[in-house]
Amino acid sequence: MTSNRSKLTFWLLMAPLLLWLLLLIILPHVGMFIVSLREKVGVREYETGFANYAVFFNEPLYWNTFARTAYMSISATVLTLLIGFPIAYYIAKLTRGRSKTTLFLMCLIPFWVSELVRTFGWMILLRETGVISNLLQDLGLVSGPVEMLYNDAAIMIGLVYTSMLFMVVPLVTTLDSLDDSLIEAGYDLGGSSVSILREIVIPHALPGIVSGCIVVFMLSLGNYLTPILLGGKDSLWFTGLIYNQFITRFNWELGSAFGFLLLGLSSLIVFVGLKLSGQSLTRTMAQ
Amino acid sequence: MTDTPDLECRAISKSFDDFQAVRDVSFGVPKGTFFSILGPSGCGKTTLLRMIAGFQKPSAGDLLIKGRSVLDVPPNKRPVSMVFQHLALFPMMNIGANVGFGLRQRGVNKTDIKKQVDRVLDRVGLAGVAERPVTSLSGGQKQRVAIARCMVLEPDVLLLDEPLGALDLKLREHMKVELKQLQSEFNTTFVYITHDQSEALVMSDQVAVMNNGVFEQVGSARDLYYAPDTAFVAGFVGEANRFTAKVDTAAAGRLSMTTDQGRPLAGVDAGQGVGVGERVTVFIRPEAVRIARTEKEVASLGNKGQASVTNVLFNGGNSQLILRDEQTGVALNVALPQTGEFRDLAPGDTVHFGWQPDQTRVYREGQP
Repeated sequence: MTSNRSKLTFWLLMAPLLLWLLLLIILPHVGMFIVSLREKVGVREYETGFANYAVFFNEPLYWNTFARTAYMSISATVLTLLIGFPIAYYIAKLTRGRSKTTLFLMCLIPFWVSELVRTFGWMILLRETGVISNLLQDLGLVSGPVEMLYNDAAIMIGLVYTSMLFMVVPLVTTLDSLDDSLIEAGYDLGGSSVSILREIVIPHALPGIVSGCIVVFMLSLGNYLTPILLGGKDSLWFTGLIYNQFITRFNWELGSAFGFLLLGLSSLIVFVGLKLSGQSLTRTMAQ
Repeated sequence: MTDTPDLECRAISKSFDDFQAVRDVSFGVPKGTFFSILGPSGCGKTTLLRMIAGFQKPSAGDLLIKGRSVLDVPPNKRPVSMVFQHLALFPMMNIGANVGFGLRQRGVNKTDIKKQVDRVLDRVGLAGVAERPVTSLSGGQKQRVAIARCMVLEPDVLLLDEPLGALDLKLREHMKVELKQLQSEFNTTFVYITHDQSEALVMSDQVAVMNNGVFEQVGSARDLYYAPDTAFVAGFVGEANRFTAKVDTAAAGRLSMTTDQGRPLAGVDAGQGVGVGERVTVFIRPEAVRIARTEKEVASLGNKGQASVTNVLFNGGNSQLILRDEQTGVALNVALPQTGEFRDLAPGDTVHFGWQPDQTRVYREGQP
């Protein structure tokens, strides 16, 4: 009786999650996979095969874009970590009480507006007739307007800005759990700031660093708005290619194949990253 | 004095925004001494220790180690090491790496580090554990690793911040003896802070009793117990019965007074020069009170009376009796002698009690 009821409770509680997984993640992916295996041989005539995947490997533009997206995403992740770590350390270790909450909120505030608005904000700052260009002219540092949009640096700024919070939050959490007396003991035993950072702080924060990096990397790789808007039509972002196949070229078959390749790529890079840092996914996600 | 003390504090003070944690404390610790600072929580002892370690800067005063001022020396350059309250062993390293941490910072080469780590682990009785993770150790073993980690650097002074606080009672008793042994073996100056008087009394050569940021008294454990300078020390170190009274006569340090409940007492002035008519606090240790079945046995004592037993708090060798003075109705704590003759004492029994005037220490009332 009781065991039946507790079973029922269990399934009722699990139902939303299971439905979510099944309807929104598994079914669409199965559908997409089937679509990606269809080869168009004529009007409304299809065969099953890997021709769509072959197209990707035979066309240098496609896999170059693919490699560039991966490279840029990794760079954005590293840059976010380098900028985010000092911020997280400051919030977690050097502030107390009210100011801690305030600083944390300040990291959160940009996320109260949509990504589109945030990206347009950067465009206003960086474009030829934008704030920074005008300021430089007014100060007499440059003679004519400067275009700072539509290059890789602009994409990088946008990606780092968009993902900062997702790096800072896990880092603050892990650094918060580092006992201050460990750092003091390190100093007491003659350690310098550098050696304490290397031998005590970073090993302790590694699970947070890895989980932050995974999230930021995934977000960058799958980002569409920021690279397109800040990088212009030459941005060559892989999600842009997928969009083109689906919407512009109406070639769902190739688009689906690209989607699966992106999934495979991101999984592979995360796997390699975990192996290199000696962390396991379960340990990282438990943070 | 030709010997410079290993550690010397000269009029050290530390104030935070609106609160003075340490006030004008001066002391010297000779080489090889086990020096304890004993005080209730919040008395400023941790602040004092952190100033010696270099984590906090004194507001005033000077701090000398082996005769040299270390005020401007950062904590990672000071020749002192600290055993933290929760030990602060690095969980991300194995035991060998923990102990070798300080040597690595000094740039000692790998083979020498390994040799020294093995030697110091051997000395604390933990040979062959260097490759194991910190979590595999018991509380007492962790303690020894924490001490080994400091001692491998051969510091001039080792600071210990209540390291026994987290251990269970049995292990704590054991570690007391062991710490004292380790100290005499390494022959290093130990500065130990604690709120537990038995830790301080058992282990130390010198004990400083601290209260409200000042040292109340510095002396051997014996001095503190038998001849406390102030009422605070008398109340804090050891057990004591406390009465308030008014002085009737005073002659050459010998006082006679009457307690508020009306019992006349004879006692000795604890050196404060109390005069006739002053209000005083009187301390009598439970161990100093003799009890007897017959009046004759206590007849020779300066303070005596008859009481009924209200309670027997049986605790083996530390058993106590709670008596009610039949004359005044005041409760009196008395140690139960374990010589056998009082084994059958029960609540309701009548006993005679008495103690020497020498064991009755008198302090001016209202003085800390």
